[in-house]
Amino acid sequence: MSASSAASRPAAMLGLSIREVSQALRDGRVSATELCRKCINQIQRTRYLNAFITITEETAMEQAQRTDSRLRTGKKGIPFSVKDNFCMENIETPCASGMLKGYVPPFNATVVQKLLDQGAVLVGKTNLVEFAMGAGSTDGVFGPVRNPWSYTSLYREQSTEDPDSDWAITGGSSGGSAAAVASLSSFLALGSDTGGSTRNPGSLCGVVALKPTYGLLSRHGLIPLVNSMDVPGIMTRSVHDAATVLRILQGRDERDSTTVQAPSTPPRLPEHFDIRDICVGIPKEYHAPGLSKDTLAQWSRVADMFEQAGARVQEVSLPHTQHSIVCYHVLCCCEVASNMARFDGLEYGHCSKVDSSTDAMYATTRHEVFNSVVRRRILSGNYFLLKSNYERYFVKAQQMRRLIAEDFKNVFRTGIDVLLTPTTLSDAARYSDFIQEDNRTRSAQEDVFTQPVNMAGLPAVTVPTALSHRGLPIGLQLIGQTLQDWKLLTVAQWMEQKVNFPMIHLHGESNERELNRSVRERTHTIGS
Amino acid sequence: MFCKCAARASRALRPTHPRCGVLTLPALSDTVSASGTSWSHWTYKRESSNSAWSSKVPQIPTWEPVAENQLPPPDLVDKLERLALVDFGSKEGVDCLEKAIRFADQLHVINTDGVEPMDSVLEDRELYLRDDTITEGECAEELLRLAKHTVEEYFVAPPGNIPLPKREERSAMLKHSEF
Repeated sequence: MSASSAASRPAAMLGLSIREVSQALRDGRVSATELCRKCINQIQRTRYLNAFITITEETAMEQAQRTDSRLRTGKKGIPFSVKDNFCMENIETPCASGMLKGYVPPFNATVVQKLLDQGAVLVGKTNLVEFAMGAGSTDGVFGPVRNPWSYTSLYREQSTEDPDSDWAITGGSSGGSAAAVASLSSFLALGSDTGGSTRNPGSLCGVVALKPTYGLLSRHGLIPLVNSMDVPGIMTRSVHDAATVLRILQGRDERDSTTVQAPSTPPRLPEHFDIRDICVGIPKEYHAPGLSKDTLAQWSRVADMFEQAGARVQEVSLPHTQHSIVCYHVLCCCEVASNMARFDGLEYGHCSKVDSSTDAMYATTRHEVFNSVVRRRILSGNYFLLKSNYERYFVKAQQMRRLIAEDFKNVFRTGIDVLLTPTTLSDAARYSDFIQEDNRTRSAQEDVFTQPVNMAGLPAVTVPTALSHRGLPIGLQLIGQTLQDWKLLTVAQWMEQKVNFPMIHLHGESNERELNRSVRERTHTIGS
Repeated sequence: MFCKCAARASRALRPTHPRCGVLTLPALSDTVSASGTSWSHWTYKRESSNSAWSSKVPQIPTWEPVAENQLPPPDLVDKLERLALVDFGSKEGVDCLEKAIRFADQLHVINTDGVEPMDSVLEDRELYLRDDTITEGECAEELLRLAKHTVEEYFVAPPGNIPLPKREERSAMLKHSEF
């Protein structure tokens, strides 16, 4: 679908990439106000997905109108959304928890401010798991997020049940952000990634999700979960868009002492690039138990694709992969227990009416609003941090972390440029199936391929490759070396161009029947 | 070994058998063996010769060690709830913790002898320090606005140094505050 024919169909404007829509704005084919209105309408049309907690319609329209009245180049007027664990001035930031319901931060998170400074227009704050703890976007005070791909004709056709009960999850914890980008309500969305929270829903919702190198993007204003692993994540519909956004957001922030100097970055990803210069590693330990047939097929298909194009592809080993999730579980619970200690109701957030003593007030406040997932992580963390357990669990996990980081270093030292792995075990599960197991078990399963990257602080990106036999997206993950985000995205862009992932068509759209046939044809050839 | 006295704060530091003199303390009679006997015998002799001022002060320590099995089992659930100021909620919560611990126990199959624990992935970088100049502030009003109870420029807290109520009272308190 070429840019010019796309621009003539109003609904199709939303499916453009940032690059294409920026061009349309510059050419005057659409104004920022019109674009903003289209996005807001799309959000309203797809309300059943429950992707948004707050829709900032008024401020968005104001921002858009201001942009229109000024002549400026850049990302002016691009509608974007932000996960609700980023603080934004004068916008309620509940973080999907009762604890912060009514909390209105007095400042903007750095990464959000950078986008606003570029003229981007905020359309809303997206839904997530309570305090970003979980991999389903199912446990939040505002309810679960639904995967937009469970509302395409393709999915509906092979499902025998009522759409209202047979929908798939988005993955998490940045489920709302992924759904917003996938359902064409935003051109880009910010998420956060601690153990895969951006890449997991990105993969299940068929969007590009980038977790940059730890320290490249400022965490100031991001409600912290695990300080040594959290990274703001970028979700877009194309790799080129992700690179554009990365370039805007990266860099040292005076307000976040864990940020590093960004490497010098060219204005855009190279158009022409010789894949034969690249060596791709396939870590054998990433064929974990439970890997679905469709995902395995895609992994093999793309590995072959690289090889046939002349890249060097070789099997490598990351020996501690299998135990990485255990290590992550311990470190995560410990840091969470520490970070959640700030929520006592005294200076902000919910406060209980009990006032017999500070401890009683803190305990009741936390009892009233923390859900069971949050509580269990805090209690586990406190257990591991007890003096009698500290060495055996916390310090041991820290030692393991070093071994995992070393695994990656050793592999990259042998000349590997990027690693190619699955992002998730399979396509999106049905909600009714997913909730059969508790949050911790699910996280342990879902985060298996994504969290080692957070422990090592490396950049990783998930690129959607094809639809499964159920009509749901499958993504593959590329992992790069520290601070080599640009090289990683260059390879990802090459991959994206070769796999030809179809565009989404939600049930009820006028041209969907015609386009769905071509989608089906394409998926058919991919599967065979 | 725990000292009984420490556990029962209400009882002052007293020996177990206040009226006993040195020789008749049953717990110590075994320890005061052959070599001891003569000393205590001599003391006794000495005492008997100065019976007008026989010392009421015990000459050797009188505390009895408390064996571990005499103590009630440590209430880990209670301890964690007090540390975390978060309650388990139900038996399910406790089961979840047990499962989480079991899951974490898998760490011990890996040999990490001689491996340095890793605190941060940025350990081999120099982190940026900014100049020690004040660039922003004066936001007391905005911050105070976020709190429920303030008085002038103070956050108001209930009285401190009061330990959390005991288990039964706590459950009642939490139930009462059901949101």
